[in-house]
Amino acid sequence: MKLTLNIWRQASTNASGSMQAYKLDGVDEDMSFLEMMDMLNEQIIRDGGEPVEFDHDCREGICGMCSLYINGQPHGPSNLTTTCQLHMRSFQDGDTIDIEPWRASAFPVVKDLVVDRSAFDRIIQAGGYISVNTGNAVDANAVPVEKKTADEAFDAAACIGCGACVAACKNASAALFVSAKVSHLALLPQGDAERKSRVLKMLDQMDEEGFGSCTNTGACEAECPKGISITNIARMNREYMSASIFGEK
Amino acid sequence: MNWITNFLFSSVGKKLIMSLTGLFLCLFLVVHMAGNLVLLDPNGARAFNEYAYFMTTFPPIKVASIFTMLGIAFHIIDGIVLSLQNQKSRPTKYAASKAGKSSSWASRNMGLLGVIIFFFIIIHLKSFWFEMKFGSVPYVEYDGNKVKDLHTIVMAAFKSPLYVLFYLISLAAISFHLWHGFQSAFRSLGFVHNKYTPIIKILGYIIAIGVPFGFALQPIAAYLIANGII
Repeated sequence: MKLTLNIWRQASTNASGSMQAYKLDGVDEDMSFLEMMDMLNEQIIRDGGEPVEFDHDCREGICGMCSLYINGQPHGPSNLTTTCQLHMRSFQDGDTIDIEPWRASAFPVVKDLVVDRSAFDRIIQAGGYISVNTGNAVDANAVPVEKKTADEAFDAAACIGCGACVAACKNASAALFVSAKVSHLALLPQGDAERKSRVLKMLDQMDEEGFGSCTNTGACEAECPKGISITNIARMNREYMSASIFGEK
Repeated sequence: MNWITNFLFSSVGKKLIMSLTGLFLCLFLVVHMAGNLVLLDPNGARAFNEYAYFMTTFPPIKVASIFTMLGIAFHIIDGIVLSLQNQKSRPTKYAASKAGKSSSWASRNMGLLGVIIFFFIIIHLKSFWFEMKFGSVPYVEYDGNKVKDLHTIVMAAFKSPLYVLFYLISLAAISFHLWHGFQSAFRSLGFVHNKYTPIIKILGYIIAIGVPFGFALQPIAAYLIANGII
């Protein structure tokens, strides 16, 4: 395959960036998208240039480290797929591919395609955990949880925190990410104890980080590589309103 | 009392205000559209003028109109605040975006549609509400009761095809705004339910098409009557 790649190059957070075109020949359709990026970087290094920085880690679709806004979509054109699991067979010979970083003021560009997603870490640090004493690990069936509820909690817990929801949202809202974390903990008995204080702290942190608000466009759900449902956002709104109005603080 | 401001100024709180005012304005639109259908009454002028007299003098309606004005004001101010904040959340736009694949056009352009509707409301109020209240509308007498002849003003306005076209375009904007807005308001309020959400969606589509359609009949009918076509 012969490709033209339009890639966002930006030297540092405060430098101004621009799209630059690269030609890449001999791409195999069985390569993953990131292997294609590795191939491009080898070519750039051979030519004496600065390789394109991009994030990746596990390369098996579970860590949430890869990003990339490919041809106008976070994680590219395939549904329920992270960039690392996207393969070049999803493209045609002769294609031009636009590759950009996630764009949000809360996710500043570090370099090229790498953005700083530590805003998500700070939201988790604000309350996305259970601090009550739950004792030793109990027998699996000792705590009764209805199957449907367990499934809902698990579906929310599938969020890998990649930030595609923020990238897809026209408002760069983190509502899907935060709501997934709020839901997965609030639905289970261990998380129920702190559900009110948790949602207040996490949402306040989300607002402080400068993410936009949710317009319910549904773009996040459509682009999420883990298929997190926007029903979680409604649950989060409900939790936040209830905690604000009925909570002690 | 700090919690009230914290809550209302949070992103969820601002959306709560947006949805509550929006749903209230939906109710207003339904009532306003249904009531104004008297314009289609074969006994047009009298029925319409008596209806206009009732709407401008009956005390509960006067109170409701104050709430409607406040609702519109809060919806607009909150909408501006949210739009500005949301724009700040993404200072650099994407060079290439396929947003159309994952969300509806209406949902992405609620602000733009709101601006169109805002200008429509200004012109609409100037043409009829302001005229009725402060303008020099001639009087007619029905069974000894003197009422303002708003019907003549309406007919004069909609005699112009351009004015009718302006109304139809504005109604299309309202239709798109409601298409997304009605069901989105329930989501913002946290109301999503397996049994009721499908009903809310259908109700939203009925309102988004039915209300502008009912409204559209009025300038079209007025145009046809004023120009002597029917």
